[in-house]
Amino acid sequence: MSAAEKSRPKLAVWKFASCDGCQLTLLDCEDELLPLASTVEIAYFLEASSAIGPGPYDLSLVEGSITTPQDAERIRHVRRVSRRLVTIGACATAGGIQALRDFADVREFAAVVYARPDYIATLERSKPISAHVPVDFELRGCPIDKRQLLEVITAFLAGRRPVVPGHSVCVECKARGNICVLVAHGTPCLGPVTQAGCGALCPAFNRGCYGCFGPTETPNTRALNAQLRRLGMSDPDLVRVYRTFNATEEPFLQASEEAEGDA
Amino acid sequence: MTHKTVRLGGLSRVEGEAALLVRAHDGRITDLQLNIYEPPRFFEALLRGRSYDEPPDITARICGICPVAYQMSACQAIEAACGVDVSGPLRDLRLLLYYGEWIESHTLHVFLLHAPDFLGYDSGMAMAVHHRDHMERALALKKAGNELVATLGGRAIHPVNVRLGGFYRVPRRQELAPLAEQLRRAREHAITTAAWVAGFDFPDVQHDYRFLALRHPDEYAILSGTPTVSEGSTFPVQQWPAHVVEEQVPYSTAVHARLDGAGGYLVGALARYAINFDRLSPLARAVARDAGLEDVCRNPFQSIVVRAVEIVHACDEALRVIDAYTEPDTPAVPVEPVAGTGHGASEAPRGTLYHRYRIDENGLIADADIVPPTAQNQARIEMDLHELIAPRLDLPQAELARLCERAVRNHDPCISCSAHFLDLNIDAR
Repeated sequence: MSAAEKSRPKLAVWKFASCDGCQLTLLDCEDELLPLASTVEIAYFLEASSAIGPGPYDLSLVEGSITTPQDAERIRHVRRVSRRLVTIGACATAGGIQALRDFADVREFAAVVYARPDYIATLERSKPISAHVPVDFELRGCPIDKRQLLEVITAFLAGRRPVVPGHSVCVECKARGNICVLVAHGTPCLGPVTQAGCGALCPAFNRGCYGCFGPTETPNTRALNAQLRRLGMSDPDLVRVYRTFNATEEPFLQASEEAEGDA
Repeated sequence: MTHKTVRLGGLSRVEGEAALLVRAHDGRITDLQLNIYEPPRFFEALLRGRSYDEPPDITARICGICPVAYQMSACQAIEAACGVDVSGPLRDLRLLLYYGEWIESHTLHVFLLHAPDFLGYDSGMAMAVHHRDHMERALALKKAGNELVATLGGRAIHPVNVRLGGFYRVPRRQELAPLAEQLRRAREHAITTAAWVAGFDFPDVQHDYRFLALRHPDEYAILSGTPTVSEGSTFPVQQWPAHVVEEQVPYSTAVHARLDGAGGYLVGALARYAINFDRLSPLARAVARDAGLEDVCRNPFQSIVVRAVEIVHACDEALRVIDAYTEPDTPAVPVEPVAGTGHGASEAPRGTLYHRYRIDENGLIADADIVPPTAQNQARIEMDLHELIAPRLDLPQAELARLCERAVRNHDPCISCSAHFLDLNIDAR
């Protein structure tokens, strides 16, 4: 191993309850993957490599939520061996779609899926990583955006904060020149209360935003709900629209409870 | 030799988390388990009470590597329940989107997960140091697949543009032109890839597989078709629950999928190739012949060649669809909820993916059933391992372990997909 090899920062990628999509985003950086692999040492990335380099790691990217007692232990280990820990994607930052168990009885859920639910060791809630260990940065999205991932890695390598805006999808829509689907088409859209980052994808495809990047900094869900009701959404519809991939993020949780209370 | 134990902690270069345990005593295998410790996410439970139009977006999140497969099986199952058939240019666009996913997913497996085994590297990145040209070709191919998915679907992972009845927005003809240019280059890369991987050194193994794949009258089935078993029997997809049964086996806590009463059948690239060789594009067939493949391939290590042939086919067919594309009058046909049950199946990159939904009178999902490919293959993967290593137990421990891991990787298991549906052994670590 050369001196240069030794001095490269070590990157680790960890997986908890998730779909693999956010860590796949790293491999989907087709134009940047090889330069990245020569800038950092990809020391632990089980999906991509059998080689396991010893910790500690300079930067750990963590995908997935904590849903089992074993994983609650494992994330503490990951924290201990990581200088910086960044969570990537809605599972890791908000509990993900599997956090819908939080609104139900997980034993009943297990009984629906498994013939022998007594063999399933699972927690009652699907929690974000930050509920278990301190996290240095959270990158939102279901899935995360490739450009934002590269910005986060670059920033941490340079020792600065990542530039990831907290404003709403509406800002991205204006920047992209999209016609507002909510105002012009009467299409229900969560864009006004959802954090930017995707590039206002759904409105660009004539679809209302469905909130996969989670709540923006100062969302006014009460005003939006009134508008969505005028467009014909029922209270159960409103509950469902906030309870998808970021259901337990506080503003979305409140918005769904408000609709549920009225139902 | 008396006792021998091979224990592989986290299998690498597979999608998701699994471990393998093999125990042998006096030259005989006494225990062999592919253990899944991927945490369950309870999709079939959380889908209940959701609106009938939500499963395409929700089930996409089962797998970040093949979200389109989930979207397509879900759409078709719900459309079947609602009495809607999506045809013409909208169906062609679905095919095109799906070909994009095949190209990116197969390329990921061929180059980044599988090829390093044959060349003695730990990863594609390590392989790239000495095989830069191959890795650059890989990334170009992968990018072509991803851009196809992103152009039609909005993004490569969890596309946003899929809905019941079709799409939210359909592309103009001129938007597809740059894709065609990229796909023509990708097709050349795929042909080169097939020739390259055909030259690898393959362990001399043949398994007596029973295959299951969809078969379509005109296409190498990907989006839809009739479930067909290698000995020739077929059944309509609506009868899937009567033919594919998940049973608890008495000697363990395992639940294995059984096909017409027998366990250990195989879905995926080898199955599709064996059942649908005659439906490959002429070019893909010629590439298969040049790569030395017969009409049926029973050596799982050669599945890398079959996947390369399928990439050629996907590029070829995607180009055909783009060439013939006419913009549909409407981006989606209306799909109104109808109380009842619908079944849908498509060929995910890793094999047949079946969905069933029951919709209630309020248009909500009453119950859901999802059978992903790796859940079906798990028993067969264990059989592969058994047959492969039983005569090789005297190999050095490390070599045996490496061979076991390769045998699992041959089938590109997607454990993230299957965690909710596979044998689950919590004591795996």
